[in-house]
Amino acid sequence: MIKQNLLKELRLIVGKENVLSSPEDLVCYSYDAAPLPADNLPDAVVLPSSTEEAVNLLHLAKARGIKVVPRGSGTNLSGGTIPIEGGIIIQLTRMSRILEIDSHNLTATVEPGVITRTLHSAVEQVGLFYPPDPASANVSTIGGNVAECAGGLRGLKYGTTKDYVIGLETVLASGEVLVTGGKTVKNVAGYDLTKLMIGSEGTLGIFTKIILRLIPLPETKKTLLILYPNFQAAASSVSEIIANRILPTTLEFLDKVTINCVEAHTHIGLPRNAEAILLIEVDGSKWDVEREAEKVVEICSRHQPLEVKLALTPSEAMSLTLARRSALASLSRVRPTTILEDVTVPPSRLTEMIIEIKRIVQRQDIQVGIFGHAGDGNLHPTFLTNERDEAEMKRVEAAIREVFEVTLKLEGTISGEHGIGLTKARFLPWQVKPLGLKVMKIIKEGFDPENILNPGKIFTGYSP
Amino acid sequence: MRCGLCLAVCPTYRELQIEPAGPRGRVALIRAVAEGRLSVTKNLAQYIYGCLNCLACVSVCPPGVRTDELVSGTKVQINRELPPPFLRKLALQNISPFPKRLELSLLPFYLYQQTSLQRVVHRLKVMDAFSERWRDLEYLLPSLPRKPMREQLKEVVPAKEVRKHRVGYFLGCAQDLIFTSTALATVAVLTENSCEVVIPKEQRCCGMPHAGYGEIEQAKKLARHNINVFTSAGVEVIVTDCATCGCLTKGYHTLLKDDPDYAESALAFSRKVRDIAEFLSQDINLRQDFGEVKGRATYHDPCHLARGQNVVLEPRRLLNLIPGLELVEMKEPDWCCGGAGTYLLSHYDLSTKILDRKMANIAATNADFIATGCPACQLQLRLGAKRAGLKAQVLRPIELLNRAYQIAHLRHTSRA
Ligand SMILES: Cc1cc2nc3c(=O)[nH]c(=O)nc-3n(C[C@H](O)[C@H](O)[C@H](O)COP(=O)(O)OP(=O)(O)OC[C@H]3O[C@@H](n4cnc5c(N)ncnc54)[C@H](O)[C@@H]3O)c2cc1C
Repeated sequence: MIKQNLLKELRLIVGKENVLSSPEDLVCYSYDAAPLPADNLPDAVVLPSSTEEAVNLLHLAKARGIKVVPRGSGTNLSGGTIPIEGGIIIQLTRMSRILEIDSHNLTATVEPGVITRTLHSAVEQVGLFYPPDPASANVSTIGGNVAECAGGLRGLKYGTTKDYVIGLETVLASGEVLVTGGKTVKNVAGYDLTKLMIGSEGTLGIFTKIILRLIPLPETKKTLLILYPNFQAAASSVSEIIANRILPTTLEFLDKVTINCVEAHTHIGLPRNAEAILLIEVDGSKWDVEREAEKVVEICSRHQPLEVKLALTPSEAMSLTLARRSALASLSRVRPTTILEDVTVPPSRLTEMIIEIKRIVQRQDIQVGIFGHAGDGNLHPTFLTNERDEAEMKRVEAAIREVFEVTLKLEGTISGEHGIGLTKARFLPWQVKPLGLKVMKIIKEGFDPENILNPGKIFTGYSP
Repeated sequence: MRCGLCLAVCPTYRELQIEPAGPRGRVALIRAVAEGRLSVTKNLAQYIYGCLNCLACVSVCPPGVRTDELVSGTKVQINRELPPPFLRKLALQNISPFPKRLELSLLPFYLYQQTSLQRVVHRLKVMDAFSERWRDLEYLLPSLPRKPMREQLKEVVPAKEVRKHRVGYFLGCAQDLIFTSTALATVAVLTENSCEVVIPKEQRCCGMPHAGYGEIEQAKKLARHNINVFTSAGVEVIVTDCATCGCLTKGYHTLLKDDPDYAESALAFSRKVRDIAEFLSQDINLRQDFGEVKGRATYHDPCHLARGQNVVLEPRRLLNLIPGLELVEMKEPDWCCGGAGTYLLSHYDLSTKILDRKMANIAATNADFIATGCPACQLQLRLGAKRAGLKAQVLRPIELLNRAYQIAHLRHTSRA
């Protein structure tokens, strides 16, 4: 009965066709990309088309005491959109207009449902560049990127989403619309509420408009692939490149397990004795790129690589990136369940981190492929397992805990870019300490005293 | 893994932007049914039948989930639990497996076109009173041939000069009944290239409509029949100019994998099947004495050819051989056109939305010819051209190739 009334009111706000509530619909919103059980169903899914509709939805939710889960494309890997306490899912993909690309101020103003790749193409068409480039960019939304502070393949040189968001329009749990920041790169009027919102995982408000800073599109780039007989050589090359004041856009790493899986799946002819691969891209002006590529070749060659390949044409560049692009696909075919972690350490501790992970998984007798953004210390140890094998899952659990412990010991973070969501809430106190957690909770209560927005995320989480 | 990378390439998700209209949602529904969390309902059936079977999701899925197979399996279950609509049952069980009845079923349409009825309807602008949907449906069926192809063609058509190959031609219903010009072009190009063409009169529908609607037993029956017919025809290869027929017949051995009696002959059959573009550009020495066909052509990749059979370069290679013809690539050439068999009939609004996206990409090429290797795409693109106000002609690559040979012959005879 309550539910029927609720549906009626939701339909009034967003229109009949923008409310989903059949049992089939609800099953389709019980999951995201996180490896979690899909047991919790929402009460309804609504797709607003404007800020006003979002405001009305939050007024309604507040009046009825109903939980609200914001959602973009549902590609986050931490359970951030799972309706653990039911309620309504507000999917923002209907708000998908690029409102403005301002070439004078170098900004883009967009609605939250714009697909990341769509924005990339639109700004690149006018010679501008929006660097954050998560591997899910073909699917993910800008709103989701902001809420997770997405990183991606260009983090080392260009930073992550937080470095590009300069203004936000946010609907708060109260239904009020908070406007923060603006089109200026400099802005110190009080607390930086825009930055506070970035990475808030839908727990502080719903973004309805986003102002992004853009930069000029680099003139050109060069792609290199280097194969090593052992991973120390790769790691030393990485530190030496950075120590030589070269910041590649991309500096990706694949370990031996990953290489073997890629070769088994794609047969692209990676040498059998390769134990590490680096994929490096440098971008900038023609002159800089020439010089930097040369320097990178020189440095890498000093560390006894098996092979150094430099792409001369765009199609050669594409084929060099194939191994990296196939990493996830190849790993995920090995076992039924794939768990992608994203621990991150200061780049200088990368070698230690990899050695530790290898030691842990050996002891726990599980299979892990490691690849990731070596340049910024962000690794994706990918656990290959089977969710139906309880004993093995226990060992995986244990291994992940140990990996987190080591990460913190090495002054790293348990999540570089995927967020805390449900999956890592248990571990958050390890990293931020009681005081950090207390301050975060004060902020959450200040914004959302009735805990309407995305309950369970960041703080309570999911306990198996 | 539920990474959702498939959402970027799924035509129905792109238009509707809701999970149950995308591959990840469909797989979740199928799993929920398997685990007993959902039962088979009309709504579920609608979501499952929302799939175009375009295979785009399969091609990008990191762990390689075969959403297409899961969807097909679920359709079988839906048929078991929800009685299919009477007309569909009639069409799939009692009409389409039998060539004669299928031919008869088109008679009303033929009569509509041939008596003055259609002309009167058009002259009086009767269709204007109907909604766009009905106007589109009225336009969908091109002018039907007087006689089906199987009655026009002899069972064995000799090679033009020396005989080097004995080729079976899997005619397919669309070429038999609607696109007879394609069938004629295929036979002409084959005979031009030293092939003796065998067109067994007994062959029947490949079974794809049946498999597509979960009538898997009927599809198997047709498969066994066609295997028998072509095995006794004693041909080296079995050529098809239909993407869909090729896609299914190349997989007859998987369709019949539980039938030990057919294990061997099904595999032998499937191995012989070649798309016409594959056969011409890879298996034989194609004659290159073409005449000029002036104009710009663009090529649309049928789902069942590009992803279903990995035939992407071959048709382009053929088109590139034709002097005077300039091949211009459209954006997203392998994005589904929304045709997908009967999708326009069952999902008019969605199908036309998908089609309009395709037509915008086609219009940008300024092409005079829209070539594609699939009759369902051809029907859909023909409608799309009308909707978009394009003058371009929609046809198969093989027809352009045949035209190039014919033009060469004309020149030859006029010179002689
Ligand atoms: C194959 C794969 C590769 C990936 N690679 C990367 C990578 O390289 N780097 C990286 O950082 N991440 C990566 N991710 C993770 C994921 O894509 C990102 O977290 C992305 O930002 C999520 O966007 P989304 O639109 O799918 O958001 P969703 O998953 O729908 O939501 C994510 C969070 O944002 C909140 N949210 C969504 N929209 C709004 C809004 N408008 N207002 C407020 N809150 C909102 C939700 O409540 C949720 O907490 C990857 C994921 C996959 C599956």
